[in-house]
Amino acid sequence: MSALLDSLAAGFEQLPRRDALGLGASRREALDAAVAEGLPTSRQERWKYTSLRALEQRQFMLPYQCEATVADVDVELPLAPRLVFVDGSFDVLRSDLRGLPEGVELQPLSRGLQGDDPREVNVLGRRWEEDDAGFWRLNAALAVEGALLRIGPDVEVDAPLHLVFVTTAGGQDVGVHLRHRIELREGSRATLVEHHVGQGGERPLLNSVSHVHLKPGAALEHVRVQRAAAGASLIARTEAVLAKEATYRLLSLELGAALSRHELAIDLQGCDARAEVRGLVRSRERQHVDTQLMLRHQSPQASSDTQWRAIAGGRSRAIFHGGILIAEGADGSDAQLETRNLLLTDSAEIDAQPVLEIHADEVKASHGATIGQLDERALFYLRSRGLPEVEARRLLVFAFCRSLLEGVSDADLQSQLERVVKKSLFNDGEAVA
Amino acid sequence: MLKIENLHARVEGRDILKGLTLTVKPGEVHAIMGPNGAGKSTLGHVLAGRDGYEITEGSVSFNGVDLLDMAPEERAAAGVFLAMQYPVEIPGVNNTYFLRSALNAQRRSRGQEELDSVQFLKLVREKLAVLHLKDDLLHRAVNEGFSGGEKKRNEIFQMAVLEPTLAILDETDSGLDIDALKAVAEGVNAQRTPERAFIVITHYQRLLDYIKPDVVHVLADGRIVETGGPELALQLEAQGYDWIRDRIAPETAEA
Repeated sequence: MSALLDSLAAGFEQLPRRDALGLGASRREALDAAVAEGLPTSRQERWKYTSLRALEQRQFMLPYQCEATVADVDVELPLAPRLVFVDGSFDVLRSDLRGLPEGVELQPLSRGLQGDDPREVNVLGRRWEEDDAGFWRLNAALAVEGALLRIGPDVEVDAPLHLVFVTTAGGQDVGVHLRHRIELREGSRATLVEHHVGQGGERPLLNSVSHVHLKPGAALEHVRVQRAAAGASLIARTEAVLAKEATYRLLSLELGAALSRHELAIDLQGCDARAEVRGLVRSRERQHVDTQLMLRHQSPQASSDTQWRAIAGGRSRAIFHGGILIAEGADGSDAQLETRNLLLTDSAEIDAQPVLEIHADEVKASHGATIGQLDERALFYLRSRGLPEVEARRLLVFAFCRSLLEGVSDADLQSQLERVVKKSLFNDGEAVA
Repeated sequence: MLKIENLHARVEGRDILKGLTLTVKPGEVHAIMGPNGAGKSTLGHVLAGRDGYEITEGSVSFNGVDLLDMAPEERAAAGVFLAMQYPVEIPGVNNTYFLRSALNAQRRSRGQEELDSVQFLKLVREKLAVLHLKDDLLHRAVNEGFSGGEKKRNEIFQMAVLEPTLAILDETDSGLDIDALKAVAEGVNAQRTPERAFIVITHYQRLLDYIKPDVVHVLADGRIVETGGPELALQLEAQGYDWIRDRIAPETAEA
């Protein structure tokens, strides 16, 4: 048994709202299973690049066990409407729900647990059967906070909605477990920004599971900005289920944390469903960023387009597994997957693995992967015109990923993201490496 | 202005320049001609500071300072410009943004005020007009999807904006049809001043019909073997490079 599991199991005993919605028993069951099965190990295929040995030795307190912090909190993008969570607790004062359009429900899970909505029960009571689901079992046991977003039929929301997850240097190592449910009803449309940001030297464990349900004809643009604290361990799973003609556009910017593991499961269940996945990973120093994408085409004419880019410096490691399954009957599917990778140092490592599995007919599918270093010819060209080397490198590094940001629909958001990405890419003035 | 003395350079273990000596004064246009493999492009790259060339002997001074000691960007700020034979395509980097950053970086290092975007655009439009270039050049990524002629014109446009004191044109005529060649030559001629010197590297005499050189050098096997006036270019055109090859044959045989 690990120190991590021990500490979280101890915290479970006094967990507030544990029994809400009659979930006490299923939470206990999930915890027992997590303790019995343990955390995933690198002997398991999907975890072979990511070792949890160091993380397992550490103890974490649950948010309710930590003293409340009153520190200045920088939410980085002070945009509204927004829900703000600080060290895993909903922060009503920093949240801002003014201007929430009609037909949009946005509230913290803690409030949802006070009601009697069976959908929360269904989501939270879900059993995880896979043998490498230790973190998701912990999440099922311990998540009493998160975001609930529901957008009514045919409601079109123009202003991006923001979820902000902040950690603070509060002294204790906090283990945050969050569960989110995002539901867009028939024909609705919205942009959701999920923003993780740290403040300093804290080393939290951040475990989050998001469920995205898109009803027929719904369209969600999901922007995930991961700028967690440099010492953070972030383990996340995003599950999206798309009905007929639904569109899911994800832009995932992996820019922070010491360890980041993101499992992304997208199910194109309905005909003509479409997923666009854009990802940018910038790893440096000893960062470890592992993304596991599984896209399932389940119905005819479903389409997906994935572009993943990684920029690795220092002694960091970036892993991208891009799995696309085209199931039997998903005829006429179109699946494109491209990953481009840039190594800035000799000791950085990138593992890119596109995997296509096709069981249907008349399918258009392609994948490509490139890996390389900054183009020395381009670098010389820029310098020969007078650009200092550092500036020339930055220009080329940003050029490598800027096209990913061009798809963002809101111009204001796009320029904010550009600023945040530049800040992360160049680490506030550090040379590019 | 530029003084190259007994320059020896090697790349990947092969000696390319083998004792090249050349002096260029302000306002002069020097043509450097020679057969393929003579070291013409190497000379351009060595002067601009490209990596991968080892200088084994000799010196290059530019306005009294040791050019070989400087980084490429320092050479640019000092007034050296190389119009490349193969301009690089750089997707994702906007032409205008790049050029303004480059000009301002040069100005900073010379202790001059940077240009704001309004001042810069004014300058850029003046230069476009002189070179008869279209505005859309400004909105595109650096050389991305440009035709051969567009790339070369973009080089001349950059030269016009950066206003170097020594411009080296490396086979700017290669791959151009006669109209593009004339346009490029016009662009260069528009920039001839008593202060600015040019080194025009070319394989063919054709370009020199449009850019009139003061001095013509023949580069063969890594050094200058013949220097003369514009008539030398015509002689090369008429007789080819074979008589030059004969001239250096004994030494090559020795090696």
